[in-house]
Amino acid sequence: MAEQTVIEAVRQTMLAEMKRDDSVIVLGEDVGSRGGVFLATDGLVEEFGENRVIDTPLAESSICGVALGAAVNGMRPIAEIQFADFVWPAINQLVGEASKVRYGTNGVKNAPMTVRVPYGGGVRGGLYHSQSIEVLFAHTPGLSVVAPATPYDAKGLLVSAIRSNDPVIVLEHKRTYRLVKGDVPEENYSIPIGNAEIKRPGSDLSIFTYGLMLHYSLQAAEMAAASGLNVEVVDLRTLRPLDEETIAESASRTGKALIIQEDTPAVSISSEVAAIIGEKCFFDLDGPITRLGPPEIPPMPFSPVQEAAFMPSPEKILDAINKLAQI
Amino acid sequence: MNIELPHVGESVTEAVIGKWLKSPGDRVEKYDPLVEVVTDKVNMEVPSPASGTLINIIAKEGETVLMGAVIAEMDSEDASGEPATPGSNVESTQSPAPNRIGTLVQGSNVGPTGGEFLDTSLGVTETSSPTSTPTTASGAANGSRKQKGFSPVVSRLAAQHGIDLLTITGTGLGGRVTKKDVLAAVENGGSSAPGSAAHRPSEEDTIIEPSPIRKMIADHMVKSMSEIPHAWSAIEVDVTGMVKWRAQNRQEFEATNGVKLTYLPITLSVVANSLVSNPRINSSWQDGKIVLKGDVNVSVAVAAEGGLVVPVVHKAAGTSIADLAKKIAGVVTRARSGSMSLEDVQGGTFTLNNTGALGSVWGGAIINHPQAAILTTEAIVKRPVVVVANGIDSVVIRSMMNICLSFDHRIIDGAEASEFLQSVKSGIEAITAQSELK
Repeated sequence: MAEQTVIEAVRQTMLAEMKRDDSVIVLGEDVGSRGGVFLATDGLVEEFGENRVIDTPLAESSICGVALGAAVNGMRPIAEIQFADFVWPAINQLVGEASKVRYGTNGVKNAPMTVRVPYGGGVRGGLYHSQSIEVLFAHTPGLSVVAPATPYDAKGLLVSAIRSNDPVIVLEHKRTYRLVKGDVPEENYSIPIGNAEIKRPGSDLSIFTYGLMLHYSLQAAEMAAASGLNVEVVDLRTLRPLDEETIAESASRTGKALIIQEDTPAVSISSEVAAIIGEKCFFDLDGPITRLGPPEIPPMPFSPVQEAAFMPSPEKILDAINKLAQI
Repeated sequence: MNIELPHVGESVTEAVIGKWLKSPGDRVEKYDPLVEVVTDKVNMEVPSPASGTLINIIAKEGETVLMGAVIAEMDSEDASGEPATPGSNVESTQSPAPNRIGTLVQGSNVGPTGGEFLDTSLGVTETSSPTSTPTTASGAANGSRKQKGFSPVVSRLAAQHGIDLLTITGTGLGGRVTKKDVLAAVENGGSSAPGSAAHRPSEEDTIIEPSPIRKMIADHMVKSMSEIPHAWSAIEVDVTGMVKWRAQNRQEFEATNGVKLTYLPITLSVVANSLVSNPRINSSWQDGKIVLKGDVNVSVAVAAEGGLVVPVVHKAAGTSIADLAKKIAGVVTRARSGSMSLEDVQGGTFTLNNTGALGSVWGGAIINHPQAAILTTEAIVKRPVVVVANGIDSVVIRSMMNICLSFDHRIIDGAEASEFLQSVKSGIEAITAQSELK
């Protein structure tokens, strides 16, 4: 078993899947000889050639539209959006079209496409390299949205995405790419879409989170343990469909739910998790369903000081843990 | 027929009336332009909805009118609507408010292609059962929440395990009772749920369904104890003289009056007089006020079959011992035979309970609600007592009796209670074998 970063797990997984299945292709900006802006596709064009590793124009609508066309015609394209911040021109291809292929053709056609979308902030990326864009996709029936936060999950979920017969948006947090290292088995495995995982069991309260915030939450939970609090951390991993069973079981067991996200809270993943807990766990709750996210302002600020103020941090999460725990 | 200002767009609610293109009396064909209107989105001409004659212009030029309001009347050849009353003037400010608020009209075409929308705002769409009566658990939770803001899980656990949340000391924020606190209470055996092991009757137990009288007594006692802050005081009375008086007068009394001479009418006579001189003892707390009773009507506790009854001896003050004895005999007989009249049980202002007849030497009686006090006369016991005669202490054998007063502390303080007890004591102790008692 090799220790890998998230980005290395992504690259190795695509390499393996392309070897395994000739219909898997990669397309996106600079994915060829440049190897991708994050080097996720480094070496792939040398291995599989320009017919399967396609450098595209700087046009996300085209990347996703081409991928969709290839998908409904039997390929398994992996489209790379260079930064989530630039995915908006492709909304029509993804939300408007790809999500509806199976339903709209009465099951005659389907779109087995994967869209890898590096997202998230805390990377001094400013307004256009920091965005969290998950809500629009997670709101859309017909799309699956996964957000792995560890190298192991990155491989397992990317395998499931590539092999899925319907479109899957794979959200990869940029900050985790080289920040998080972990063991990744060399053998083939996959993680089912729609399965959350309790990354840290606890009994006093449950944190529900995903992406970079998983790691901040785990740090905060460790800090809270020093003062005797036993905090459970649930990694949502899939944002659509949410794993309602795991969410409800954890919230019911601990009686207190804290939802952490990097995205602004209004009408977001945390809203939906809160609704699930409210619906399924009412008589087990011993405190208000609590959410922690950044302030409701349009972008991630560029100034390092303001960026730090905007982003949830382990310290802010610890503060939220303590407040909810003592209620 | 009425001509209404048509709805022109999804966000437009009102329009300003421009130039009227037709005048009252003009002949108009269907779709002829009638009037120019100006909205914040478009300016347009309102076409005539029918052919006929314009009768009356209601919305004047320059007036702001809500969509749907009547702007004119016409005599229409193809209309079925009734003409509005001539001269009726629809002020724009009186137009229906819902247009401003916006209402959802089920089934109206709103989409660009005329698609209908489904009003989900009212909706029980699930196949839920028509009754939505709360379950026991949620009902209990509701009750508890009102009292103290208990969380759902705390309410549910408390209901499940029969925990009285008000008895639990919370360790949460501001003393909130947490889930852990309830679980700890369950662990500690705080369970007192009906049907829990501690209270489930075993097979050896006998279950008695209380009689209506028993239930009434129970309710009455609970009411008294929960409403009235009881306080208690007791005093010893030397009844040697009274015992002697009774022994001396008994035969003649019974021969004359035809009723037995017990100690009850004697003490009752003294008590009634003491009530007159201590009116606060003969009172009642009613609606936050103290009502001093005009009459002294003494309820006498009587053990009858089926339970306690307290017939009333009315106007006991100033009544002779003989008459008191007759009255007592009368009500007691009726009480024991179950033939009491309403009069027999109504109007009591104070209760006297001769618990001494049963050998009791001390008692803390429950006040007969809504009275202010109850007095028990305890058993008469011969005891060695220190008496002072001519400055010399000596131990003598005396007949002694305790009298115990329970009183409503809202009305009566200890000093007043003691004063009353002293009054009864001195009244009884004043009796000697030679007393001329009436």
